[in-house]
Amino acid sequence: MTRARDEEYARQEAELDELYRDVILDHYRSPRHRGSLASPTISREGLNPLCGDEVTIELGLKGDVIAEVAFHGSGCSISQSSASMLTEAVLGKTLAEAETLFRGFTAMMLGSDEIDPESLGDLEALSGVRKFPVRVKCATLAWHTLAEALELTRRDRGK
Amino acid sequence: MTEARPASSLDVARIRQDFPILQRQVYGKPLVYLDNANTTQKPRQVIEALVRYYETYNANIHRAVHRLGEEATAAYEEARMKVAAFINAPSPECIVFTRNATEAINLVAYTWGRANIRAGDEILTTEMEHHSNFVPWQQLAHETGAQLRVIGLTEEQMLDLRDGIESNFSDRTKLVAIVHANNTVGTINPVAEFAREAHRRGALVLIDGAQSVPHMPVDVQALDCDFLAFSAHKMLGPTGVGVLYARRELLEEMPPFLTGGEMISKVTLEETTWNAVPAKFEAGTPNVADVIAFGAAIDYLNDLGMPDVREHEKEITAYTLRRLRQLEDVIIYGPPGVEARGGVVSFNYSDLHPHDVGTLLDSQGVAIRAGHGCNQPLMRRLGVPGVSRASFYVYNTLEEVDVLIEALKAARAFFKR
Repeated sequence: MTRARDEEYARQEAELDELYRDVILDHYRSPRHRGSLASPTISREGLNPLCGDEVTIELGLKGDVIAEVAFHGSGCSISQSSASMLTEAVLGKTLAEAETLFRGFTAMMLGSDEIDPESLGDLEALSGVRKFPVRVKCATLAWHTLAEALELTRRDRGK
Repeated sequence: MTEARPASSLDVARIRQDFPILQRQVYGKPLVYLDNANTTQKPRQVIEALVRYYETYNANIHRAVHRLGEEATAAYEEARMKVAAFINAPSPECIVFTRNATEAINLVAYTWGRANIRAGDEILTTEMEHHSNFVPWQQLAHETGAQLRVIGLTEEQMLDLRDGIESNFSDRTKLVAIVHANNTVGTINPVAEFAREAHRRGALVLIDGAQSVPHMPVDVQALDCDFLAFSAHKMLGPTGVGVLYARRELLEEMPPFLTGGEMISKVTLEETTWNAVPAKFEAGTPNVADVIAFGAAIDYLNDLGMPDVREHEKEITAYTLRRLRQLEDVIIYGPPGVEARGGVVSFNYSDLHPHDVGTLLDSQGVAIRAGHGCNQPLMRRLGVPGVSRASFYVYNTLEEVDVLIEALKAARAFFKR
């Protein structure tokens, strides 16, 4: 009984370390590309009404390429570090590549086995959030905001 | 750390034995449930009342001629009498069962509000309302062209009444919608004084009692309120039951909210007349089982005695405030003393987000609320995205507060690594 309890406790400790991996805490403490662009091609605000997380993603496009990116907002370490990691991941990518990253990331967060988390590079660090279902939306907020920005861009250009 | 601890006014050890869920462990740690302003746990007596209904007299009410229907109807109406007595309502006909407090407030906004509020009228409310007692009035104001007048807060999140309560009224004030005890910072408001001033001017008062009725003696005749809304699940009862208390004359005058079965008196192809109150406001089959079990919750609270419930929460809140003040970098919100606050303590570490704190505490078995607490205007006033909130009830102990404090220290250490 006590051993089972100790094991469960140890497992929980390990899961906490998985949730708050060093790379995540590093992005939280030293966010990359935090701020605003002087003249973004598109800017999109994402809100998580349940917990109040806020993330704005700004993209500066050159043709099809994300030449500049910035984010700002407020929220927990997971939501803000995820946004910071997003900016590193999509900078220099084409819109189509960013879209692919979005799909890969959300697939990973849903626990889909169709995606190899290792193929996502540093973003794989957020896979530990899956063990904490209530926090998954913190990790995906920036990505859904990006997806909306990409969708709006596509619509604008379709006109 | 050892500290002299006050003795509780309740026999908490005995009370805890009535709550099966308090035996469970979370991640190998005993559950420390400090999210009672969100919803409370249920004693065996309430769970058994639910099971007894379903196992021995499950039937629809007010329309069955058989024995089971008679028993179910009697139990349902007995619960209404218990609720009426609990808040000292003049009669059970003043009690309308709804799904929750939110629906009770919306009932008033949609029926009384739309029949009585006109362009240019004023609805007086406060910056500390739960969304459930703010959004319905804001929407009503938008629809009718009425003005929503919002009383601001002091630095300690109490109502800013420096110019006197009466300064917030005008001759166009029709309704005061005010929370009795706030759910996030715990502030207890002088609602009886608002009622006096409102009535002097011919306005009505609706009190959101979701955080007061479960935690302290509330007497609608002493408060002299016109409407009072609260929820069963925040006072040991099941989810899915809310209460609207209203003065009977008001219920008689108000148009119905939902129409259909049970709320009618006579239906022809051309016309329908309404049933007597409170049936007029309980369209369709109500939540029979949960209302009956809510009656068992009220019995339980009456056995403890509401003055003792309040004393117990004051003791535990005072101890929590004292222990939290000893932690570095912790900001505590709300009134400094326990007389002006309910059993709720909200706080933040200056450099940690409440969600991160919540997750770390959860790993220690400690359940708190993290976030805006359905008080977004209040959060904006505090200048924070959210807070961590510990809220107490009859089964909480000072030892559990110690666990909370140690878990907070551990959370702090975790993020400092």
